[in-house]
Amino acid sequence: MGGSGRVRKMSALGAAAAFLVVAALVAAFVGAADLNPLATAAALIDKALPFLRLPSSLSSVDRAVLFQIRLPRVVLGALVGGLLALAGAGYQGVFRNPLVDSGMLGASAGAGLGATLAIVYLGGAGPQAVPVAAFAGSLAGVAVAYGTGAAAARHSVLGDGVATLLLAGVAVGSFLISVQTFVLQRSAPDIGAVYSWLLGSLSAASWQQVTTILPYAAVSSVVILLHGRHLDVLAVGDEEARALGQRPDLVRGIVVAACALAAASAVAVSGIIGFVGIVIPHVARRLAGPSYTSVLPLSLLGGAAFLVLADTLARTVLSPAELPIGVVTALVGAPAFVWVLRGTSHVST
Amino acid sequence: MRTPLRITAVLGTAAACAAVLAGCGSSASSSVAAAASSAPATSASAVSSASAASSAASFPVTVTAANGAVTIKSAPARIVSLSPTLTEDLYAVGAGPQVVAVDADSDYPAGVPKTGLSGLTPNIEAIAKYNPSLVIASQNSGGLVSGLAKLGVPVLIEPAAATIAAAYAQIVQVGQATGHAGQAASVVAGMQQQIAADVKQAGSGHHDLTYYWELSANPFYSATSATFIGQVVGLFGLKNIADAASKPADGGYPQLSQEYIVTAKPQVIFLADNQAADGGQAPAVVEKRPGWSGIPAVQDHEVIGLNDDVASRWGPRLPELVAEIAQAVEQASK
Repeated sequence: MGGSGRVRKMSALGAAAAFLVVAALVAAFVGAADLNPLATAAALIDKALPFLRLPSSLSSVDRAVLFQIRLPRVVLGALVGGLLALAGAGYQGVFRNPLVDSGMLGASAGAGLGATLAIVYLGGAGPQAVPVAAFAGSLAGVAVAYGTGAAAARHSVLGDGVATLLLAGVAVGSFLISVQTFVLQRSAPDIGAVYSWLLGSLSAASWQQVTTILPYAAVSSVVILLHGRHLDVLAVGDEEARALGQRPDLVRGIVVAACALAAASAVAVSGIIGFVGIVIPHVARRLAGPSYTSVLPLSLLGGAAFLVLADTLARTVLSPAELPIGVVTALVGAPAFVWVLRGTSHVST
Repeated sequence: MRTPLRITAVLGTAAACAAVLAGCGSSASSSVAAAASSAPATSASAVSSASAASSAASFPVTVTAANGAVTIKSAPARIVSLSPTLTEDLYAVGAGPQVVAVDADSDYPAGVPKTGLSGLTPNIEAIAKYNPSLVIASQNSGGLVSGLAKLGVPVLIEPAAATIAAAYAQIVQVGQATGHAGQAASVVAGMQQQIAADVKQAGSGHHDLTYYWELSANPFYSATSATFIGQVVGLFGLKNIADAASKPADGGYPQLSQEYIVTAKPQVIFLADNQAADGGQAPAVVEKRPGWSGIPAVQDHEVIGLNDDVASRWGPRLPELVAEIAQAVEQASK
């Protein structure tokens, strides 16, 4: 990367960070409760700067809305969006395939099956059963898909085995979805609950959810971000990577595990939110070039900002009613994505 | 003032239970009711043939269900129900002895012939195995009506009632189609009486009470005054916080933002999904939700866990739901 590339990367990162800050501020100030903006600002500054005491005219109910309902939702949205986009970018690098997203390799299907089993059979275990089951299901889905794919790849005729891994993921995903559908058909009264979960939602976000996923989010993000250069080498092919002293299978294993952890943490608290994991990395690539050293951090920041904005739309467009967030990410995201693809088609991938 | 109101509410609930039990307590009591309304009988088959004989004059009968005019040639001796509400209707009107199979979700009254049949994804062959003379369901999915038509089996589709009147009309129609028109009419009359008594008992001093009806948490789905359930609560004149949030496209079931629920400050919260065993959230859990402590209903412990099944059906146990609501309303407007 030359000097101009470095400038381009830093300015893109700066822009993404600024975008995230703006998105979070917008999200903190709008909502169904119609809080007074000045009082909201005073309450936020008072909270953010403990040594400064600013009086705010927010009532105790309004304060509860701001600090216990709206803010955790903004933070959780940022975390989930960042994790999904980062995992999508990581998978795209590992599999050298631009069509891969964070739900690949049985991750979404496994989470869906886990959540369905919990809703249908573990209802009595309390509200924590569904996120735990989704998290475990997502990781198990990836483990099975990766294990089967890696085993099959040894006898594969499909070149370097990456395609075999992806195909195994498709097969395992289809299998898990069919099991999920079967379980659901046996329990009609739960269909509404499962369907709502599959559409994704941040509507019950709480600080407890934020603190629950934060450790997994931090560990997986750091691991993925540290592998940007490895993914750049991997992009030229396994043979070449080996020639440069890398162990492609090891890199793939580590990054896939970290991506699976990131996507599983996100899906556990939000349900299945599509589109973020595939689109944001492409936008990042258009902005700062193909190197994963910039695509990965840009995806993290951009995904966070995008989902915060999408969720803000989800809870304000029909205010005081809400839209499922998955509708917004695709409805707003798809045309925006096409526009990005068209507008910058001269930039190489 | 408070104590007498509470007691009358409890008495009202007890009366509602008694009325319902008399109508449809169990298959055994249904047989008794059917026997009482026809010639003396000693066995189940005698009961059904006797009740068929007593109403033979009314067949063939043509009723207009959601799937159009349906003609039933003779009193149906073998009925299959694919909907929990319709199963309750059948037993309430005294057609219980004619029921040979009900779907996997039908669980009331106790002792119904529960099978693995599904109302959602019905299997025509599996239904045909019971050799039914009438099939009754709340939705025509999977080609149910056309499939059974090929076998010459009449099907009644009785969808979820949109109004209280429609719920009554469905019970009447189930009665007509099964040869129990008279008992169906008296079941409806009993329900109307019971509900009117509860509403009257609750008085009119609470017309400014606001309520939030929670169908599900995460996301928070609610029901407006225009829905069946909204009309039931509307009998007491309460104001529904979901009304202002509803858009035409949501069919009366908007997904509410948590911020809105908290700032709308409902005085009563009804939970239609609060059985922990089914993944619901009980009142104690709801009251501990972050940010909800400022809601009057939470402060006054007016978060009411309803009987989930009764609150989601539109059958003969409607007075039980009304009594639960009446009790909550009286408590909240004390």
